[in-house]
Amino acid sequence: MKRTGIIVVVVVVLLLFLGFQWGISTGNKMVTMDEGVAAAWSQVENVYQRRSDLIPNLVSTVKGYADFEKSTLTAVIEARAKATQVTVDPTKLTPESLQQFQQAQGGLSSALGRLMVVVEKYPELKANEGFMNLQAQLEGTENRITVERQKFNEVARGYNTYIRQFPQSIIASMRNFDKKAYFEAEKGADQAPKVQF
Amino acid sequence: MIKIHPGLLLLFMAMLFSLTSIAQDEFPAQPEPPQLVNDFAGLLSAEQKASLENKLVNFYQKTSTQIAIVTVKSLFGYDKSDYSFKLAEKWGIGQKGKNNGILILVKPKLANEKGEVFVAVGYGLEAVVPDAVARQTLVSEEMIPAFKQNDYFTGLDKSTDVLISLTAGEFTADQYVKTVKKGGNSGGMGGFVLILIILFIVFLFRRGRGNSHGLGSTQSFLGGMLLGNMLGGSRHSGSWGGFSGGSSGGGGFGGFGGGSFGGGGAGGSW
Repeated sequence: MKRTGIIVVVVVVLLLFLGFQWGISTGNKMVTMDEGVAAAWSQVENVYQRRSDLIPNLVSTVKGYADFEKSTLTAVIEARAKATQVTVDPTKLTPESLQQFQQAQGGLSSALGRLMVVVEKYPELKANEGFMNLQAQLEGTENRITVERQKFNEVARGYNTYIRQFPQSIIASMRNFDKKAYFEAEKGADQAPKVQF
Repeated sequence: MIKIHPGLLLLFMAMLFSLTSIAQDEFPAQPEPPQLVNDFAGLLSAEQKASLENKLVNFYQKTSTQIAIVTVKSLFGYDKSDYSFKLAEKWGIGQKGKNNGILILVKPKLANEKGEVFVAVGYGLEAVVPDAVARQTLVSEEMIPAFKQNDYFTGLDKSTDVLISLTAGEFTADQYVKTVKKGGNSGGMGGFVLILIILFIVFLFRRGRGNSHGLGSTQSFLGGMLLGNMLGGSRHSGSWGGFSGGSSGGGGFGGFGGGSFGGGGAGGSW
Protein backbone atom coordinates (compact mmCIF):
# COMPACT_ATOMS: atom_id res chain seq x y z
CA MET A 1 0.00 0.00 0.00
CA LYS A 2 2.78 2.34 0.93
CA ARG A 3 4.45 1.74 -2.40
CA THR A 4 1.34 2.75 -4.40
CA GLY A 5 1.21 5.96 -2.39
CA ILE A 6 4.79 6.78 -3.33
CA ILE A 7 4.09 6.05 -6.98
CA VAL A 8 1.08 8.37 -6.97
CA VAL A 9 3.06 11.17 -5.35
CA VAL A 10 5.94 10.72 -7.77
CA VAL A 11 3.64 10.78 -10.80
CA VAL A 12 1.82 13.89 -9.54
CA VAL A 13 5.10 15.72 -8.84
CA LEU A 14 6.42 14.67 -12.22
CA LEU A 15 3.31 15.86 -14.02
CA LEU A 16 3.47 19.21 -12.19
CA PHE A 17 7.11 19.55 -13.11
CA LEU A 18 6.40 18.70 -16.75
CA GLY A 19 3.43 21.06 -16.85
CA PHE A 20 5.57 23.85 -15.45
CA GLN A 21 8.28 23.24 -18.02
CA TRP A 22 5.72 23.15 -20.80
CA GLY A 23 4.25 26.44 -19.57
CA ILE A 24 7.64 28.12 -19.66
CA SER A 25 8.54 26.92 -23.15
CA THR A 26 5.09 27.82 -24.48
CA GLY A 27 5.33 31.30 -22.97
CA ASN A 28 8.77 31.74 -24.50
CA LYS A 29 7.51 30.68 -27.89
CA MET A 30 4.79 33.32 -27.61
CA VAL A 31 7.42 35.95 -26.84
CA THR A 32 9.32 34.93 -29.99
CA MET A 33 6.17 35.04 -32.11
CA ASP A 34 5.16 38.38 -30.61
CA GLU A 35 8.56 39.77 -31.57
CA GLY A 36 8.02 38.38 -35.06
CA VAL A 37 4.78 40.34 -35.36
CA ALA A 38 6.55 43.50 -34.15
CA ALA A 39 9.30 42.97 -36.74
CA ALA A 40 6.74 42.50 -39.52
CA TRP A 41 5.03 45.67 -38.36
CA SER A 42 8.23 47.69 -38.49
CA GLN A 43 8.71 46.51 -42.08
CA VAL A 44 5.21 47.79 -42.87
CA GLU A 45 6.09 51.16 -41.33
CA ASN A 46 9.36 51.23 -43.28
CA VAL A 47 7.69 50.89 -46.65
CA TYR A 48 5.07 53.53 -45.81
CA GLN A 49 7.88 55.80 -44.67
CA ARG A 50 9.64 55.15 -47.94
CA ARG A 51 6.59 56.33 -49.85
CA SER A 52 6.32 59.39 -47.64
CA ASP A 53 9.98 60.22 -48.34
CA LEU A 54 9.44 60.11 -52.10
CA ILE A 55 6.69 62.70 -52.07
CA PRO A 56 8.75 65.93 -51.59
CA ASN A 57 10.76 64.96 -54.70
CA LEU A 58 7.64 64.20 -56.62
CA VAL A 59 6.04 67.49 -55.64
CA SER A 60 9.06 69.56 -56.63
CA THR A 61 9.37 67.77 -59.97
CA VAL A 62 5.71 68.29 -60.80
CA LYS A 63 5.73 71.90 -59.57
CA GLY A 64 8.22 72.77 -62.31
CA TYR A 65 5.38 72.55 -64.77
CA ALA A 66 3.89 75.96 -64.09
CA ASP A 67 0.39 75.32 -65.28
CA PHE A 68 0.02 72.13 -63.24
CA GLU A 69 -3.23 71.97 -61.29
CA LYS A 70 -2.40 73.28 -57.83
CA SER A 71 -5.34 71.60 -56.04
CA THR A 72 -4.16 68.04 -56.72
CA LEU A 73 -0.67 68.87 -55.48
CA THR A 74 -1.98 70.47 -52.29
CA ALA A 75 -4.17 67.45 -51.69
CA VAL A 76 -1.10 65.17 -51.85
CA ILE A 77 0.90 67.39 -49.49
CA GLU A 78 -1.95 67.56 -46.98
CA ALA A 79 -2.62 63.82 -47.13
CA ARG A 80 1.08 63.18 -46.52
CA ALA A 81 1.10 65.43 -43.49
CA LYS A 82 -1.94 63.64 -42.10
CA ALA A 83 -0.48 60.21 -42.75
CA THR A 84 2.80 60.97 -40.99
CA GLN A 85 0.91 62.09 -37.88
CA VAL A 86 -0.73 58.72 -37.37
CA THR A 87 1.67 56.25 -35.84
CA VAL A 88 0.93 52.93 -34.19
CA ASP A 89 2.58 51.56 -31.07
CA PRO A 90 3.76 48.09 -32.14
CA THR A 91 2.82 46.66 -28.74
CA LYS A 92 -0.77 47.84 -29.18
CA LEU A 93 -1.83 46.57 -32.56
CA THR A 94 -5.55 46.89 -31.92
CA PRO A 95 -8.18 46.95 -34.69
CA GLU A 96 -8.90 50.63 -33.91
CA SER A 97 -5.30 51.85 -34.12
CA LEU A 98 -4.66 49.82 -37.26
CA GLN A 99 -7.81 51.15 -38.90
CA GLN A 100 -6.78 54.72 -38.12
CA PHE A 101 -3.36 54.10 -39.62
CA GLN A 102 -4.86 52.48 -42.69
CA GLN A 103 -7.32 55.31 -43.18
CA ALA A 104 -4.62 57.99 -43.07
CA GLN A 105 -2.36 56.07 -45.46
CA GLY A 106 -5.33 55.28 -47.69
CA GLY A 107 -6.01 59.01 -47.96
CA LEU A 108 -2.48 59.50 -49.26
CA SER A 109 -2.91 56.61 -51.69
CA SER A 110 -5.99 58.10 -53.27
CA ALA A 111 -4.46 61.60 -53.43
CA LEU A 112 -1.45 60.11 -55.23
CA GLY A 113 -3.76 58.16 -57.51
CA ARG A 114 -5.56 61.37 -58.51
CA LEU A 115 -2.22 63.07 -59.15
CA MET A 116 -1.18 60.26 -61.50
CA VAL A 117 -4.43 60.63 -63.43
CA VAL A 118 -3.90 64.38 -63.82
CA VAL A 119 -0.32 63.76 -65.01
CA GLU A 120 -1.75 62.00 -68.06
CA LYS A 121 -2.72 65.44 -69.37
CA TYR A 122 0.90 66.62 -69.36
CA PRO A 123 2.85 64.64 -71.97
CA GLU A 124 5.99 66.71 -71.37
CA LEU A 125 6.01 65.86 -67.69
CA LYS A 126 5.37 62.20 -68.45
CA ALA A 127 8.42 62.14 -70.73
CA ASN A 128 10.66 63.83 -68.12
CA GLU A 129 13.36 61.41 -67.03
CA GLY A 130 13.32 62.47 -63.40
CA PHE A 131 9.60 62.00 -63.28
CA MET A 132 9.81 58.58 -64.91
CA ASN A 133 12.30 57.50 -62.26
CA LEU A 134 10.05 58.77 -59.51
CA GLN A 135 7.11 56.97 -61.03
CA ALA A 136 9.04 53.69 -61.10
CA GLN A 137 10.03 54.20 -57.47
CA LEU A 138 6.48 55.01 -56.43
CA GLU A 139 5.15 51.94 -58.18
CA GLY A 140 7.83 49.85 -56.52
CA THR A 141 6.89 51.32 -53.16
CA GLU A 142 3.23 50.47 -53.67
CA ASN A 143 4.31 46.90 -54.50
CA ARG A 144 6.39 46.78 -51.34
CA ILE A 145 3.47 48.03 -49.30
CA THR A 146 1.26 45.27 -50.68
CA VAL A 147 3.87 42.60 -49.98
CA GLU A 148 4.70 43.77 -46.45
CA ARG A 149 1.05 44.07 -45.52
CA GLN A 150 0.43 40.52 -46.69
CA LYS A 151 3.45 39.31 -44.75
CA PHE A 152 2.32 41.14 -41.63
CA ASN A 153 -1.13 39.55 -41.88
CA GLU A 154 0.44 36.11 -42.26
CA VAL A 155 2.71 36.50 -39.25
CA ALA A 156 -0.11 37.97 -37.15
CA ARG A 157 -2.40 35.12 -38.18
CA GLY A 158 0.18 32.54 -37.11
CA TYR A 159 0.57 34.26 -33.75
CA ASN A 160 -3.18 34.67 -33.21
CA THR A 161 -3.85 31.04 -34.06
CA TYR A 162 -1.17 29.89 -31.66
CA ILE A 163 -2.25 31.95 -28.66
CA ARG A 164 -5.94 31.20 -29.10
CA GLN A 165 -5.61 27.42 -29.39
CA PHE A 166 -6.12 25.22 -26.37
CA PRO A 167 -4.07 24.56 -24.25
CA GLN A 168 -1.77 27.50 -25.20
CA SER A 169 -4.69 29.88 -24.56
CA ILE A 170 -4.23 29.29 -20.79
CA ILE A 171 -0.65 30.53 -20.90
CA ALA A 172 -1.63 33.40 -23.22
CA SER A 173 -4.26 34.70 -20.80
CA MET A 174 -1.92 34.24 -17.82
CA ARG A 175 0.80 36.28 -19.50
CA ASN A 176 -1.48 38.79 -21.24
CA PHE A 177 -0.76 37.99 -24.85
CA ASP A 178 -3.47 39.71 -26.89
CA LYS A 179 -4.80 39.07 -30.36
CA LYS A 180 -3.30 41.28 -33.08
CA ALA A 181 -5.34 43.14 -35.67
CA TYR A 182 -5.11 42.48 -39.41
CA PHE A 183 -4.92 44.79 -42.38
CA GLU A 184 -8.28 44.86 -44.11
CA ALA A 185 -8.51 44.89 -47.89
CA GLU A 186 -9.06 48.45 -49.06
CA LYS A 187 -12.13 49.48 -51.00
CA GLY A 188 -11.86 48.35 -54.58
CA ALA A 189 -9.01 46.01 -53.75
CA ASP A 190 -11.22 43.35 -52.23
CA GLN A 191 -12.39 41.71 -55.43
CA ALA A 192 -11.35 38.12 -55.86
CA PRO A 193 -8.96 37.50 -58.74
CA LYS A 194 -10.81 36.99 -62.02
CA VAL A 195 -10.32 33.81 -63.97
CA GLN A 196 -9.08 34.41 -67.49
CA PHE A 197 -9.07 31.86 -70.28
CA MET B 1 -5.21 15.08 -83.94
CA ILE B 2 -7.61 13.43 -81.53
CA LYS B 3 -11.21 14.55 -81.81
CA ILE B 4 -12.75 15.70 -78.53
CA HIS B 5 -16.46 15.72 -77.94
CA PRO B 6 -17.66 19.32 -77.24
CA GLY B 7 -19.48 18.16 -74.12
CA LEU B 8 -16.29 16.64 -72.81
CA LEU B 9 -14.44 19.86 -73.51
CA LEU B 10 -17.10 21.79 -71.60
CA LEU B 11 -16.76 19.40 -68.68
CA PHE B 12 -13.01 19.85 -68.78
CA MET B 13 -13.42 23.63 -68.81
CA ALA B 14 -15.75 23.39 -65.82
CA MET B 15 -13.23 21.24 -63.98
CA LEU B 16 -10.48 23.70 -64.80
CA PHE B 17 -12.65 26.52 -63.54
CA SER B 18 -13.34 24.79 -60.25
CA LEU B 19 -9.64 24.03 -59.86
CA THR B 20 -8.61 27.65 -60.27
CA SER B 21 -10.50 28.60 -57.14
CA ILE B 22 -7.85 26.70 -55.17
CA ALA B 23 -4.91 29.03 -54.75
CA GLN B 24 -2.28 26.30 -55.00
CA ASP B 25 -3.13 25.44 -58.59
CA GLU B 26 -2.71 28.98 -59.80
CA PHE B 27 1.00 28.81 -59.04
CA PRO B 28 2.92 26.05 -60.80
CA ALA B 29 4.79 23.57 -58.62
CA GLN B 30 8.56 23.39 -58.89
CA PRO B 31 9.67 20.82 -61.43
CA GLU B 32 11.71 17.88 -60.21
CA PRO B 33 14.72 18.22 -60.42
CA PRO B 34 14.52 21.99 -59.84
CA GLN B 35 15.54 24.24 -62.73
CA LEU B 36 16.24 27.93 -63.07
CA VAL B 37 14.55 28.21 -66.47
CA ASN B 38 10.92 27.06 -66.28
CA ASP B 39 9.22 27.53 -69.61
CA PHE B 40 5.64 26.56 -68.75
CA ALA B 41 4.30 28.60 -71.67
CA GLY B 42 6.58 26.95 -74.23
CA LEU B 43 8.28 30.08 -75.58
CA LEU B 44 11.80 28.71 -75.93
CA SER B 45 13.34 25.93 -77.99
CA ALA B 46 15.26 23.16 -76.24
CA GLU B 47 18.65 24.67 -77.19
CA GLN B 48 17.65 28.17 -76.11
CA LYS B 49 16.41 26.84 -72.80
CA ALA B 50 19.62 24.85 -72.25
CA SER B 51 21.77 27.87 -73.08
CA LEU B 52 19.95 30.11 -70.57
CA GLU B 53 19.93 27.37 -67.93
CA ASN B 54 23.69 26.83 -68.34
CA LYS B 55 24.45 30.50 -68.02
CA LEU B 56 22.28 30.95 -64.93
CA VAL B 57 23.49 27.78 -63.19
CA ASN B 58 27.10 28.86 -63.80
CA PHE B 59 26.40 32.24 -62.31
CA TYR B 60 24.62 30.63 -59.37
CA GLN B 61 27.59 28.37 -58.65
CA LYS B 62 29.96 31.33 -58.65
CA THR B 63 27.88 33.73 -56.62
CA SER B 64 25.02 31.77 -54.99
CA THR B 65 22.68 34.35 -56.55
CA GLN B 66 19.69 32.67 -58.17
CA ILE B 67 18.15 34.26 -61.25
CA ALA B 68 15.08 32.28 -62.26
CA ILE B 69 12.98 32.58 -65.42
CA VAL B 70 9.36 31.47 -65.40
CA THR B 71 6.97 31.75 -68.31
CA VAL B 72 3.25 31.13 -67.76
CA LYS B 73 0.21 31.17 -70.00
CA SER B 74 -2.07 32.90 -67.53
CA LEU B 75 -1.77 35.06 -64.41
CA PHE B 76 -5.22 33.89 -63.22
CA GLY B 77 -6.41 37.45 -62.83
CA TYR B 78 -3.56 38.45 -60.53
CA ASP B 79 -1.59 41.59 -61.06
CA LYS B 80 1.79 40.71 -62.59
CA SER B 81 3.68 42.02 -59.56
CA ASP B 82 1.46 40.22 -57.07
CA TYR B 83 1.76 36.95 -59.02
CA SER B 84 5.55 37.28 -59.27
CA PHE B 85 6.11 37.92 -55.56
CA LYS B 86 3.78 35.11 -54.50
CA LEU B 87 5.44 32.64 -56.84
CA ALA B 88 8.98 33.74 -55.95
CA GLU B 89 8.22 33.51 -52.25
CA LYS B 90 6.52 30.13 -52.65
CA TRP B 91 9.52 28.66 -54.46
CA GLY B 92 11.99 30.46 -52.22
CA ILE B 93 14.26 31.79 -54.99
CA GLY B 94 17.61 32.93 -53.55
CA GLN B 95 19.32 31.89 -50.33
CA LYS B 96 17.69 32.17 -46.96
CA GLY B 97 19.25 35.04 -45.04
CA LYS B 98 20.88 36.54 -48.15
CA ASN B 99 17.62 36.86 -50.08
CA ASN B 100 19.60 37.04 -53.31
CA GLY B 101 16.99 35.80 -55.74
CA ILE B 102 15.54 37.33 -58.89
CA LEU B 103 12.49 36.11 -60.76
CA ILE B 104 11.75 37.09 -64.36
CA LEU B 105 8.12 36.31 -65.06
CA VAL B 106 6.83 36.37 -68.64
CA LYS B 107 3.27 35.96 -69.78
CA PRO B 108 3.22 36.00 -73.60
CA LYS B 109 0.91 38.14 -75.68
CA LEU B 110 -2.19 36.13 -76.53
CA ALA B 111 -4.96 36.83 -79.02
CA ASN B 112 -6.98 39.09 -76.72
CA GLU B 113 -4.55 39.73 -73.85
CA LYS B 114 -1.48 41.87 -73.77
CA GLY B 115 1.86 40.37 -72.92
CA GLU B 116 3.19 41.03 -69.44
CA VAL B 117 6.61 40.83 -67.86
CA PHE B 118 7.81 41.45 -64.33
CA VAL B 119 11.25 41.34 -62.72
CA ALA B 120 10.94 40.60 -59.00
CA VAL B 121 14.07 41.42 -57.02
CA GLY B 122 14.80 39.80 -53.65
CA TYR B 123 15.42 41.90 -50.52
CA GLY B 124 19.18 41.37 -50.73
CA LEU B 125 19.52 42.71 -54.27
CA GLU B 126 17.24 45.74 -54.11
CA ALA B 127 20.23 48.06 -53.74
CA VAL B 128 22.02 46.85 -56.90
CA VAL B 129 18.87 46.42 -59.01
CA PRO B 130 16.74 49.47 -58.16
CA ASP B 131 13.19 49.67 -59.46
CA ALA B 132 14.02 52.42 -61.94
CA VAL B 133 16.83 50.32 -63.47
CA ALA B 134 14.61 47.26 -63.62
CA ARG B 135 11.92 49.21 -65.37
CA GLN B 136 14.07 51.27 -67.71
CA THR B 137 17.04 49.11 -68.66
CA LEU B 138 15.68 45.61 -68.26
CA VAL B 139 12.02 45.82 -69.13
CA SER B 140 11.73 48.78 -71.50
CA GLU B 141 15.07 48.52 -73.30
CA GLU B 142 16.02 44.86 -73.34
CA MET B 143 12.90 42.78 -73.02
CA ILE B 144 9.84 44.44 -74.48
CA PRO B 145 11.36 45.39 -77.89
CA ALA B 146 12.48 41.78 -78.39
CA PHE B 147 9.26 40.31 -77.00
CA LYS B 148 7.30 42.43 -79.46
CA GLN B 149 9.12 40.60 -82.25
CA ASN B 150 8.19 37.30 -80.59
CA ASP B 151 11.90 36.83 -79.89
CA TYR B 152 11.68 35.75 -76.30
CA PHE B 153 15.17 34.27 -76.20
CA THR B 154 17.02 37.47 -77.13
CA GLY B 155 15.08 39.51 -74.59
CA LEU B 156 15.74 37.02 -71.81
CA ASP B 157 19.36 36.43 -72.82
CA LYS B 158 20.25 40.15 -72.87
CA SER B 159 18.35 41.02 -69.71
CA THR B 160 19.97 38.18 -67.77
CA ASP B 161 23.37 39.45 -69.00
CA VAL B 162 22.53 42.86 -67.54
CA LEU B 163 21.33 41.30 -64.29
CA ILE B 164 24.49 39.21 -64.02
CA SER B 165 26.72 42.26 -64.46
CA LEU B 166 24.69 44.23 -61.92
CA THR B 167 24.68 41.55 -59.23
CA ALA B 168 28.07 39.91 -59.86
CA GLY B 169 29.96 41.69 -57.06
CA GLU B 170 27.25 41.39 -54.47
CA PHE B 171 27.50 37.85 -53.13
CA THR B 172 30.06 35.08 -53.21
CA ALA B 173 29.45 31.35 -53.14
CA ASP B 174 30.87 30.79 -49.69
CA GLN B 175 29.81 27.73 -47.79
CA TYR B 176 26.81 28.89 -46.04
CA VAL B 177 25.17 27.51 -42.93
CA LYS B 178 21.56 28.13 -42.24
CA THR B 179 19.72 27.82 -38.99
CA VAL B 180 17.00 25.26 -38.91
CA LYS B 181 14.09 26.27 -36.78
CA LYS B 182 12.81 23.34 -34.78
CA GLY B 183 9.26 22.93 -33.65
CA GLY B 184 10.14 23.15 -29.97
CA ASN B 185 6.68 22.40 -28.66
CA SER B 186 5.98 19.05 -30.29
CA GLY B 187 9.56 17.85 -29.76
CA GLY B 188 9.31 18.76 -26.07
CA MET B 189 6.08 16.86 -25.58
CA GLY B 190 7.63 13.81 -27.26
CA GLY B 191 10.49 13.98 -24.75
CA PHE B 192 8.05 14.18 -21.82
CA VAL B 193 6.08 11.18 -23.03
CA LEU B 194 9.31 9.24 -23.45
CA ILE B 195 10.38 9.97 -19.86
CA LEU B 196 6.97 8.91 -18.56
CA ILE B 197 7.13 5.63 -20.44
CA ILE B 198 10.67 4.93 -19.22
CA LEU B 199 9.67 5.70 -15.63
CA PHE B 200 6.64 3.45 -15.75
CA ILE B 201 8.67 0.59 -17.15
CA VAL B 202 11.24 1.08 -14.41
CA PHE B 203 8.48 1.12 -11.77
CA LEU B 204 6.83 -2.00 -13.11
CA PHE B 205 10.18 -3.77 -13.30
CA ARG B 206 11.04 -2.82 -9.70
CA ARG B 207 7.62 -3.91 -8.46
CA GLY B 208 7.94 -7.25 -10.20
CA ARG B 209 11.29 -7.89 -8.54
CA GLY B 210 9.93 -6.95 -5.11
CA ASN B 211 12.39 -4.41 -3.76
CA SER B 212 12.38 -4.79 0.05
CA HIS B 213 12.90 -1.17 1.21
CA GLY B 214 11.01 0.78 -1.45
CA LEU B 215 14.15 2.83 -1.89
CA GLY B 216 14.44 1.83 -5.52
CA SER B 217 11.41 3.89 -6.46
CA THR B 218 12.87 7.13 -5.15
CA GLN B 219 16.18 6.37 -6.79
CA SER B 220 14.53 5.83 -10.14
CA PHE B 221 12.51 9.00 -9.58
CA LEU B 222 15.71 10.97 -9.10
CA GLY B 223 17.10 9.20 -12.12
CA GLY B 224 14.03 10.20 -14.04
CA MET B 225 14.42 13.84 -13.00
CA LEU B 226 18.01 13.83 -14.17
CA LEU B 227 17.06 12.13 -17.40
CA GLY B 228 14.27 14.61 -17.87
CA ASN B 229 16.62 17.55 -17.45
CA MET B 230 19.11 16.02 -19.81
CA LEU B 231 16.46 15.44 -22.44
CA GLY B 232 15.05 18.88 -21.86
CA GLY B 233 18.47 20.40 -22.30
CA SER B 234 19.30 18.51 -25.43
CA ARG B 235 16.34 20.04 -27.21
CA HIS B 236 18.05 23.39 -27.34
CA SER B 237 21.37 22.25 -28.71
CA GLY B 238 19.96 20.99 -31.98
CA SER B 239 19.41 24.35 -33.61
CA TRP B 240 22.34 24.32 -36.02
CA GLY B 241 22.67 22.12 -39.01
CA GLY B 242 22.11 21.65 -42.68
CA PHE B 243 23.74 23.25 -45.68
CA SER B 244 21.92 24.99 -48.47
CA GLY B 245 21.10 23.11 -51.63
CA GLY B 246 24.05 24.41 -53.62
CA SER B 247 26.52 21.93 -52.17
CA SER B 248 24.91 18.85 -53.69
CA GLY B 249 27.00 16.98 -56.22
CA GLY B 250 26.73 16.57 -59.98
CA GLY B 251 27.60 20.19 -60.75
CA GLY B 252 23.94 21.02 -61.35
CA PHE B 253 21.46 23.29 -59.72
CA GLY B 254 20.57 21.93 -56.30
CA GLY B 255 17.32 23.74 -55.63
CA PHE B 256 16.03 27.02 -54.36
CA GLY B 257 17.26 28.13 -50.96
CA GLY B 258 14.29 29.87 -49.36
CA GLY B 259 15.00 33.51 -50.26
CA SER B 260 12.47 36.19 -49.47
CA PHE B 261 10.99 39.05 -51.52
CA GLY B 262 9.82 42.42 -50.31
CA GLY B 263 8.27 43.98 -53.38
CA GLY B 264 11.35 45.23 -55.22
CA GLY B 265 11.46 45.23 -59.00
CA ALA B 266 9.39 46.47 -61.89
CA GLY B 267 7.43 45.28 -64.87
CA GLY B 268 5.81 46.29 -68.09
CA SER B 269 3.40 45.13 -70.74
CA TRP B 270 3.22 45.17 -74.51
